Amino acid sequence: MTDWHDIGALSDIPQLGSRIVKSAQGDIAVFRAADDAVFALSDSCPHRGGPLSQGIVHGHRVTCPLHNWVLELESGAAIAPDVGCARKYPVRVDGGRVLLQLVSVTDSSSV
Amino acid sequence: MKEKLVLIGNGMAGMRTIEELLAIAPDKYDITVFGAEPHGNYNRIMLSPVLAGEKTIAEIMINDLDWYAKNNVRLHAGKEVVEIHRTRREVRTADGTVEHYDRLLLATGSNPFILPVPGNQLPGVIGFRDIKDVETMLAAAQPGRHAVVIGGGLLGLEAANGLMKHGMQCTVVHLGDVLMERQLDPVAAGLLRASLEERGMRFLLGAQTAAILGEDKVRGVRFKDGLEVPADLVVMAVGIRPNTDLAKQAGIHTERGIVVNDTMQTYDPRVYAVGECVQHRGICYGLVAPLWEQAKVCANHLAQFGIGRYQGSVTSTKLKVTGIDLFSAGNFNGSADCEEIVLRDPARGVYKKLVVRDNRIQGAVMYGDTVDGAWYFQLLREGTDISDFRETVLFGHAHMADAGREGSSVMSMSDDAEICGCNGVCKGTIVKAITEKKLFTLDDVRAHTKASASCGSCTGLVEQILAATVGTIGKTPAEKPMCKCTEHSHDVVRTAIRERHLTSLRAVFDTLDWKTPDGCHSCRPALNYYLIATWPGEAQDDQRSRFINERVHANIQKDGTYSVVPRMWGGLTTPDELRAIADVADKYQIPTVKVTGGQRIDLLGVKKDDLPRVWADLNAAGMVSGHAYGKSLRTVKTCVGSDWCRFGTQDSTGLGVKLEKMTWGSWTPHKFKMAVSGCPRNCAEATIKDFGVICVDSGYELHVGGNGGIKIRGTDLLCKLATEEEVKEFCGAFMQLYREEARYLERTAPWIERVGLSYVKSKIVEDEEGRKALYARFLASQQFAQIDPWAERASGGVDAHEFEPLAAIN
Ligand code: SRM
Ligand SMILES: Cc1cc2nc3c(=O)[nH]c(=O)nc-3n(C[C@H](O)[C@H](O)[C@H](O)COP(=O)(O)OP(=O)(O)OC[C@H]3O[C@@H](n4cnc5c(N)ncnc54)[C@H](O)[C@@H]3O)c2cc1C
Ligand code: SF4
Ligand code: FES
Repeated sequence: MTDWHDIGALSDIPQLGSRIVKSAQGDIAVFRAADDAVFALSDSCPHRGGPLSQGIVHGHRVTCPLHNWVLELESGAAIAPDVGCARKYPVRVDGGRVLLQLVSVTDSSSV
Repeated sequence: MKEKLVLIGNGMAGMRTIEELLAIAPDKYDITVFGAEPHGNYNRIMLSPVLAGEKTIAEIMINDLDWYAKNNVRLHAGKEVVEIHRTRREVRTADGTVEHYDRLLLATGSNPFILPVPGNQLPGVIGFRDIKDVETMLAAAQPGRHAVVIGGGLLGLEAANGLMKHGMQCTVVHLGDVLMERQLDPVAAGLLRASLEERGMRFLLGAQTAAILGEDKVRGVRFKDGLEVPADLVVMAVGIRPNTDLAKQAGIHTERGIVVNDTMQTYDPRVYAVGECVQHRGICYGLVAPLWEQAKVCANHLAQFGIGRYQGSVTSTKLKVTGIDLFSAGNFNGSADCEEIVLRDPARGVYKKLVVRDNRIQGAVMYGDTVDGAWYFQLLREGTDISDFRETVLFGHAHMADAGREGSSVMSMSDDAEICGCNGVCKGTIVKAITEKKLFTLDDVRAHTKASASCGSCTGLVEQILAATVGTIGKTPAEKPMCKCTEHSHDVVRTAIRERHLTSLRAVFDTLDWKTPDGCHSCRPALNYYLIATWPGEAQDDQRSRFINERVHANIQKDGTYSVVPRMWGGLTTPDELRAIADVADKYQIPTVKVTGGQRIDLLGVKKDDLPRVWADLNAAGMVSGHAYGKSLRTVKTCVGSDWCRFGTQDSTGLGVKLEKMTWGSWTPHKFKMAVSGCPRNCAEATIKDFGVICVDSGYELHVGGNGGIKIRGTDLLCKLATEEEVKEFCGAFMQLYREEARYLERTAPWIERVGLSYVKSKIVEDEEGRKALYARFLASQQFAQIDPWAERASGGVDAHEFEPLAAIN
C-alpha cells in the first residue's frame, strides 16, 4: 500500500475544473465537480492520449478536448459507444486538503 | 353480372390493394371484405404513437366505415373467416356467414410470436399487434408499475417507450447484445441504447427468458440464469409469424408464408395473396414499404391489365420514438469485399455509416442526423456510382447542390426519388399534387398523397418540397433541442435569455428546467456565448464553460502542447516584431514557426506552462493575441492595395487594419474572418470570407456570408459604399446582427442561407436607424471585449491555476 500524498487545498482546484499533479507515473489530472466531489485520473485519454485535465467537466464526467470522448470521472471509463478506460487513482478530501495515492502500475488493472 | 372479389384480412396490405384496384378499375368487381378486427382499416404502424399518447385511434384510421359505404365495398368487421372451400369457391366465417367468390385475396398479416415458456398464457402477457393489444396495455399502464418487454427490436423498443410515457418502469429484455440487430450495427445500437437509458429505459441484454411467473395473473419473469424481475405486464415482441393457418387448411401451398409468384398469385390461380402473410422468392417481409409495391402489382393483375411484376424489395427502417432519429437500409453490416465510410461526431450525437462496394452503396446506418436517409436509399436502390462525390457523400445531399437555399437539396432530387417510405410516395407525385390541386398546407399534402401521413419521419422533406413548390412555408419544422440536457431549441433559449434577463448559467438552468445539473460540453459553451453576447459587461464569462483553446487562449495540438498566433494587423508586420518572434522561438525552444493561411505567424509546440512567459515577451514587443483559437474575430487578410500595387484602387491594407482594430476581441457564434482586396482581382480572397471588401474606383463593395472550409461558399454582394467610415459602420452592424441572431456554431454562410440575404439587407442596408443601433451595440460590447487576454494572464493575475501544476509527487 502506498502513502496518501497531500497535494493541496480543495480550493486550489476550480469547481468544474481540474489541476495536474506531476508524478513519476506521468501527469495525473485531479478533477473537482460542482458538488465538490474529487476524482483523479491519468491525464491521458484512452483514445489518443489527449490531456483530460484540459477538458470540460460536467456532472461527474469530462469531455476530452481532442476528439470529444466523454469519460466517467468515477471509473475513468469512456461512455458508449466509445470503449476504453483512463487509469484511476484513489483520491479523497480530508479537512479541506486533497489527498492522493499513487497506484503501482502492476496492480492498476484491478483498480 | 360483376365478378365477385372477396378479401380476407382488413389490414394494410389488403385494403391498399383494394384502393389501388378501385383507382384503375372501379366497376370491375363486387367487393366483400372480411376483417377479424371490429374496425375499419387503420394504419397499424401508428399504434406506437397511439400507445405513446401522441395520436388517437381516430387519427390513425385510413378508411373508416363511411368510406366502405361510399365505395360500395361490403365490410364484415369483426368476423373471422374460418374456412375456405376452393371447389365451391366459398368462404365461411365462425358465425356461419358464407360468401361466394370468383377471385379471392388473402391478406391475413402475421401474428406475434409468443415464446413457448411456462406461464405464457397468463393474463397480462400480450403481443403488440392490434388496437386490442394497445387498449390492454393502456389499461394496465399505471405510474410506478413495472413492464417487461421481451425483445429489443423495433417493436419492443416502441412498446417500451410508449409504456414509459405513461409512467411505467420498463425493462427491455434482449437475447443478443445489440439492440435492433436486424437494423443497426453495434455503434448505432450503442448510441440508441445510451439515449434510451437516459430516458429511464432499463436493459437486460444477453438474457434468456425461462418462465413467466404468476398464478392468476403475471407477476414476474424468470431468466435462465435464475434472475427474477417483477412485472405487472409482459409484452412479447420477439418476432412475428406469417398467418397462414387458413391457407394451409384450404390446401394452398405454404412454406413459411403463403407462396406467391411475381404477380402475387398463389398456387391456385383464383387466389391472390399480399402482405406479411406471403412468401415471395423465399422472403417474408415485416415492413410496410414492400406491401405498397405488392398491392400495386396485385391490383394491376386483378384488373386484368396484366402488366407489372413484383421483384422483391430493399427495405429501410426508421424508429418511431419521438426525439430519436435513426435510419437504416440495405446491407449495413458489410462484408469482406465492402468498404465503410464513417462519420462520427459525438458532440452533436451524430453517427453515419455507408457500406460501399465498387463505389456503390450497399447499406446505410444513420443516427442523430437522418435528413439524407432518403437520398442514400435512392442511391442504394438505383445502384448509383458515387465515385464523383465519394469524398463528400457523408456530408449529405445539400452539399452536392450549388450553394443555394435550404430545400434546394430535396428539389434537386429526381422525380422518382422516394420521399415517404411508409406509403411509397415519390417526389414527383407530391409536386404534381401540390401544383394541380393547389395545395398549401402539410395537412393537404397528407390528405391527397398520404406522404408523411404515417410515421412522420419524412415530414421535413415534404415540407421542403411544399415550401419550394408553392414558395411559402406552411409550417416551419419543429426546432431541435440544443442537446440532451434540454427540450429547448437554441432560438428558444436565446429568446429567454434576452426577454427574461438571464445573466448566468445557473439562472438558465433553473429557469429553463435543465435536465442535467451543470449542462454538458455541447450546451455550456453555447450558453456562455449567448449570455455574454446578450449582456456584455453584465454576464460573467464562465471560463469553465469554454473549450480549452478559448480558456487558455492558444490552440491545443495533438500532443497536448499549444500553438501561439499573435495578431499582425491586416497582415502587416515589422522587423521588430519579427525579431521578437524569433527571440521567443529560440528562448522557449519552440520547434515550428509557420506562416498561416491567415497572413500571420504561428508558433507551434509551446509547452503549456511556458504560455504566460511567451505571451509576456510578445506583449513586450507590442503584440497581442490573434484569437486563432476562438469563436471570435480571426484575421483580416489584405492585399497591398493602392500604396504599391499598379492596379490598386484604394488603400486596402489600411482599411483592413482599421477593421481589425475595430473588431478584434469580439466573440461571435462561430469564427469570423474578413478580407479587403484592393481591386476586383481579389488577391485577398475577400469573396470567401464572412465579411469581404472589394475596392473599386468609386468606392467599396461589401460581400458577406462566404467561407472556405469543407464546403466552400462564395459571398453574396450586400451593397456598395463610398467611404471607409461607412464600411466600418456596415461591418460593425453586420457582425452585431450575426452575433445577436445566429445560433452557436453556425457560421455566416449557413446563417445567411437560413435567414436569407434579403433579410440581412433589410436590416443592414434598408433600415438606417436599425443599422446605426446595431453598430452602437457592437461598439458598446467591444468595450468589454477588447482586453488582451494574454496580457491579463502573463501578469499572473488571471487563471494562474491553468498554467501551474497543483503539486509534484514521486
Ligand atoms: C493555423 C491554420 C493553418 C495554417 O497553418 O495556415 C489553421 C489551423 C486550424 N484550422 Fe483553419 N487554419 C488556418 C486558416 C484557415 C483558412 C484560411 C483563411 O483563414 O484564410 C481556412 C478557410 C477559410 C475559412 O475559414 O472559411 C480555414 C478553415 C478551417 C475550418 C473550416 C471552417 C468552415 O467553416 O468550414 C476549420 C474547422 C472548424 O473551424 O470547425 C478549421 C480549423 C482549424 C484548426 C483550429 C483545427 C483545430 O480545431 O484544431 C487548426 C488549428 C491549428 C492550430 O492549433 O494552430 N480551419 N482555416 C490557419 C490559421 C489562420 C490564422 O492565422 O488564424
Ligand atoms: C406496433 C407496430 C409498429 C409498426 N411499425 C412499423 C414501421 O414503423 N414501419 C413499417 O414498415 N412497418 C411497421 N409495422 C409493420 C406493419 O404494420 C405491417 O408490416 C403491416 O401492417 C402488414 O400489413 P398486412 O396487411 O400484411 O397485415 P395486417 O395489417 O396485420 O392486416 C391483417 C389483418 O387481417 C386480419 N385477419 C387475419 N386473419 C383473418 C381471418 N381469418 N379472417 C378475417 N380477418 C383476418 C387481422 O385481424 C388483421 O386486421 C409495425 C407493426 C406494428 C404492430
Ligand atoms: S487543414 Fe486540417 S490539418 Fe491543416 S491546419 Fe486546417 S484543420 Fe489542421
Ligand atoms: S484523445 Fe481524447 S478523444 Fe481523442
